[in-house]
Amino acid sequence: MHHEPATPAEKDPAGPYKMRLGIWMFVFYSLFYASFVAINLLSPLTMAAIVFAGLNLATVYGFALIVVALIEALIYDGMCRKKEAEFAAKEKQKGGKSQKGEG
Amino acid sequence: MAIIVFLIFVIFVIGLSLYLGNKAKTSSGYYAAGGQIHWGVNGIAFAGDYLSAASFLGICGMIATVGYDGFLYSIGYLAGWIVALFVVAEPLKRLGKYTFTDAVDANYNSRGIKLAAAISTLVVSICYLIPQMVGAGVLVEPLLGIPHAWGVLMVGAIVITIVATAGMASTTYVQFLKGGLLIIFSTVLVGVVVARGLTTRPDQGGAVEYYEFSHLAAVNNGGQFEVSEPGWTVLEQAEVKGGLFFVKLGHEGSETWWYASETDGVVTLKESQSVVTQGLDKWINGAPASADNQLRQVGNLEQIRGEKDTETGSLSIFEYLSVITDKDTIVRTWKTASFTDEAGAKVTVYYPKDVSGDRIMRPGLKFKVEGTWLERLDFLSLMLALFLGTAALPHILIRYYTVPSPASARKSTIVAIAAIGFFYILTLFMGLGAMTSGVINPADSNMAAPLLARSFGELLFAVISAIAFATVLGTVSGLIVAASGAVAHDLMDRYLNVQMDDRQKVRAGKISAFVIGGIAILLGILFKGMNVTFLVGLAFAVAASANLPAIIMLLFWKKATARGIAASIVVGIVTSLGLIAFSPELYTLYGMNPLDAPIPLNNPGIVSIPLSFITLVVVSLLTQKKGQA
Repeated sequence: MHHEPATPAEKDPAGPYKMRLGIWMFVFYSLFYASFVAINLLSPLTMAAIVFAGLNLATVYGFALIVVALIEALIYDGMCRKKEAEFAAKEKQKGGKSQKGEG
Repeated sequence: MAIIVFLIFVIFVIGLSLYLGNKAKTSSGYYAAGGQIHWGVNGIAFAGDYLSAASFLGICGMIATVGYDGFLYSIGYLAGWIVALFVVAEPLKRLGKYTFTDAVDANYNSRGIKLAAAISTLVVSICYLIPQMVGAGVLVEPLLGIPHAWGVLMVGAIVITIVATAGMASTTYVQFLKGGLLIIFSTVLVGVVVARGLTTRPDQGGAVEYYEFSHLAAVNNGGQFEVSEPGWTVLEQAEVKGGLFFVKLGHEGSETWWYASETDGVVTLKESQSVVTQGLDKWINGAPASADNQLRQVGNLEQIRGEKDTETGSLSIFEYLSVITDKDTIVRTWKTASFTDEAGAKVTVYYPKDVSGDRIMRPGLKFKVEGTWLERLDFLSLMLALFLGTAALPHILIRYYTVPSPASARKSTIVAIAAIGFFYILTLFMGLGAMTSGVINPADSNMAAPLLARSFGELLFAVISAIAFATVLGTVSGLIVAASGAVAHDLMDRYLNVQMDDRQKVRAGKISAFVIGGIAILLGILFKGMNVTFLVGLAFAVAASANLPAIIMLLFWKKATARGIAASIVVGIVTSLGLIAFSPELYTLYGMNPLDAPIPLNNPGIVSIPLSFITLVVVSLLTQKKGQA
């Protein structure tokens, strides 16, 4: 029984780096999200405090949770691309050297 | 007009499916669109899959009725994508082939995992299908003037056609189209809502004259209410659990129910709306129900920053929110109570309750964050399930197999976060717009967003309804592809080892799609009337309990064993479904007293998710191979 992916996955030398980075970013966001839930549970009236342009903390924090998710996602993508490019350049260099050696 | 736009849209969607049918000749084409979808298209298709009836109809409806608490779903649903992006996207893409089961089983080749994961996919998909079908019925009822059940049947038939013709390729492009249109037209709707501003006398853009509900002075004479206004007679009164009093008044031959509100010893009877049913007879607001006699649409501001009879004119997006947030802005919301009257008829009363803006714009109207520790635990449980559920939804996970590489999986997730996040910000404006524009059907909040669109004219209503309908079609298609994959690929092909060539596998998938579509139609009819986002919240809890512990632990814990993973999936399904079945909200659905429910929580995640993790760890440790521990 074949059980390979729908499209063959290439070896990804940046994989461990991306996984570590992802976990740290996940932890950061989880803490941000957990703080929001905690404020609601422990001090719900704090959420009514007006913090910006007539908007209360509940609204601003809610929007921030959405916007920060996107910003983190973009940072993560940027860092992953950079690392992937680094490894791709190294691979290319290796390929070039071995070709020279062969020649 | 509405029907024409709607039909054009549906015909286009079906035509697209037939056109793409040639990509579904192989199982790779049917289940994973050949793994060749561009990440940008897949990202918007993710949004299309995710922004289901629950998001568009349910969240807007919930915000329209309970304010900020509905927006908590938007926040939780979006936050869940963080788990998908940072933890699940790329590793899962590397592991899997077509389905969630493939990914979980990749390192084990275990029959136990195949069976448990396939059942889990089926259960979660069906839990998620219910609200979509309910949403479909709700939409079609006012749009085409056909009953709820026929609406559900129609959606089921169209979706089965879409899935059976082209599988994942068709589903992807339908989702791409629908996701894009949903975001564009929701932005248009929010633009016109904010430009119209706020008024204390909403008239649906001039379509319906503002109806002012009356109130009468009364006295409470030792538990018996008396009205001093001449011509009004108290015919009957009822007390509902929780100390609510309703009074039936006779006036000029009509009999209507009023809510008795008592503040500082002063009693006021507030005109309410009622539905009275006895046998096959149904009365609405004291007269027989008919096409012309339906519940009035409600929802308005009683005061804007302390002023009555006023309007703001055009506002900026921040001003719009700040006006509603003001503590001197009073929002008229509508609540529901049910009881049996002296004649034995079932009475449902929709009564007004004025709430200040600062109360509307923070959590607490639905989720009792200031209540007992159990009520707070329920809130925590919901937020946990929303956060952890997204990355465990089978119909979302299979979309990772439609792109060519792990990097594409990551990029499409980021596109999805951008699109979905933007849409969820819009939900707050659409929900509040509906809350203050006199467009809420008090008996069913799910239609708040389309009815808000109708207050700007039939064209916008038609387009928004058609998109909402496509939303349901697309999401149901994705769910049915996922569920049919569980049956045909996971169970028949991989668990039972039924010998099939590639074409037979595709045929098995299509037959499964047909059967699952039939089940979805039946459930959509049975669950009529429940808020769709609440139902989706439950599906998230089941997914987070059954699937997420398995995904996380197989990726990050080397000691996880096949038996541990299979056991955690089974425990997750059984505990989450069991807790839901005996919860107060489901007791209400059964027609029983919610206070009698043996489980005090509506959201099971806080119990079932940790239990599933613990099961995985304990069983894995007990089933280590010798020399491995």
